[in-house]
Amino acid sequence: MSTATRSLPRTIGAHAILITYTVIALFPVILVVMNSFKSRAGIFGAPLTPPTAKTFDLIGYTTVFGQGDFFHYFQNSLVVTVASLFFVLLFGAMAAFALSEYRFRGNTMMGLYLALGIMIPIRLGTVAILQLMVASGLVNTLTALILVYTAQGLPLAIFILSEFMKQVSNDLKNAGRIDGLSEYTIFFRLVLPLVRPAMATVAVFTMIPIWNDLWFPLILAPSEETKTVTLGAQLFLGQFVTNWNAILAALSLAILPVLILYVIFSRQLIRGITSGAVK
Amino acid sequence: MGSLKIENVKKAFGPVEVLKGIDLEVTDGEFVVFVGPSGCGKSTLLRVIAGLEDSTSGRVLIDGADVSVTPPAKRGIAMVFQTYALYPHLTVRNNMALGLKQAGTPSAEIERRIKIASAMLSLEPYLERRPAELSGGQRQRVAIGRAVVREPKLFLFDEPLSNLDAALRVNTRLEIAQLHRRLKATMIYVTHDQVEAMTLADKIVVLNAGRIEQIGSPMELYNSPANEFVAGFIGSPKMNFIDGAKLGETAKTIGVRPEHLTVDANSGAWKGTVVHAEHLGADTNLYLDCEKAGLITVRIFGVYNAEPGATLYATPDAAKTYRFGADGKVLR
Repeated sequence: MSTATRSLPRTIGAHAILITYTVIALFPVILVVMNSFKSRAGIFGAPLTPPTAKTFDLIGYTTVFGQGDFFHYFQNSLVVTVASLFFVLLFGAMAAFALSEYRFRGNTMMGLYLALGIMIPIRLGTVAILQLMVASGLVNTLTALILVYTAQGLPLAIFILSEFMKQVSNDLKNAGRIDGLSEYTIFFRLVLPLVRPAMATVAVFTMIPIWNDLWFPLILAPSEETKTVTLGAQLFLGQFVTNWNAILAALSLAILPVLILYVIFSRQLIRGITSGAVK
Repeated sequence: MGSLKIENVKKAFGPVEVLKGIDLEVTDGEFVVFVGPSGCGKSTLLRVIAGLEDSTSGRVLIDGADVSVTPPAKRGIAMVFQTYALYPHLTVRNNMALGLKQAGTPSAEIERRIKIASAMLSLEPYLERRPAELSGGQRQRVAIGRAVVREPKLFLFDEPLSNLDAALRVNTRLEIAQLHRRLKATMIYVTHDQVEAMTLADKIVVLNAGRIEQIGSPMELYNSPANEFVAGFIGSPKMNFIDGAKLGETAKTIGVRPEHLTVDANSGAWKGTVVHAEHLGADTNLYLDCEKAGLITVRIFGVYNAEPGATLYATPDAAKTYRFGADGKVLR
């Protein structure tokens, strides 16, 4: 080991900072998961201790699975998240490709217009969106949520992806054109694989707010049929009594799918395939 | 099969005119090199020929057929890029096969062509590898192989050696020259390096600021440049340009190549002091600050010992002195 760059106090210092941060970041998550396995008395009596033989209780989970159609809520959340993600990535990448690759009148203006959405929160338009959905008969459908989330995710996706697409070698695209590949094949087969790390980044940034959103499900799709997990958890939140066991259990369960999706995408973040294409 | 004719091609990006009317004819089997400083429009011209850029006006004819509106894949061309531009997710074999598959070539024929091309470029051991597993020189050979298998009417090279190191560049240059001899195909090659142009070309096209300055064989350009630009661009070290008035000449500028000057310690036309001497072994470059001619370069074959500060007399070879008029054109 070289001593020039590593010294014991420095290593300890760096680790101390990182461990502190990890503890702070994980604390609420661990608290939620821990308490979801405890009885009501256990939660209120000693909220910070892990479940013991006396306080261990699966009442939260049994309530969640027994009462309300939680599996269905999960399915709704998953459908909305995955579909929105798919459309955001597809249309975002396509728009980014057009903006970065083709010279046309109003290219810069179009790029600015599309980026405007990053600065203006989509929730400001809630009333208009609701009116639009009522008029088009999409209230209480998952389609409404998918459309709104796609719109919400596109600006950032286009902004990030067009920067990355500009870096894809022009020669590579031209080589494809000379070999007779269509513009679609060039986009899907040559360009997309090269911007995969950026796509994964965009996917993670897009996915988490959608999964955690309460606002739009509450307004656009509050029916039993279309409830998402976050909305379903509200079921146990009463005006006078709150079923903490059930809420904590529901939230713990809600972490799982998003965790799985994150693991899938983060593996894509690893670069490698790009090297050797050009230079 | 593989002639090219360009008629009055112009290209503008918005208000910027990159090509200002290019006329050129390339006959079958010729090796033509476009050479010029960066920004002269040589790459743009190649892209217009390839169909990757549309010309603003003018016509491009390949084998007599107007291809101005034909997409690149249907023009019967193949192109080798500076950055290799290999498909990163495909093996060497599939990199070469892709264009043929797109064109609907039978797989036995594809196999046959890949076999020939890979033997020609000694790529056989690497056919199943991906570009990431190859060295720079191998990648460029794959890129050339990808062009060869298409059996195009025209080969287009866009500065193919610029990304290679010096030793590899000489090797690959040799390979391209041999390839041209074997295939007897028409090749168009863009470079900013006049050494590549001189060594490879049957015909050099010197471009400057969107116009053709001169077309000719390497020796024609060297021996009888049409104007000051070509004279300065071709030849290394660069030709000396001396203000005609200082020498009492009627011509605006007098040009003498460094190798057409002789030096003597005692007498000669221009007296000067040695500013710097570069000893290259095979020859010696002397920089002389002359009273009449200003700073000039003299190339002497073999070793010549001259210390900076020493006084020397330089004499130009009168038969190989060029005279340029006020418009830069050579006076005869």
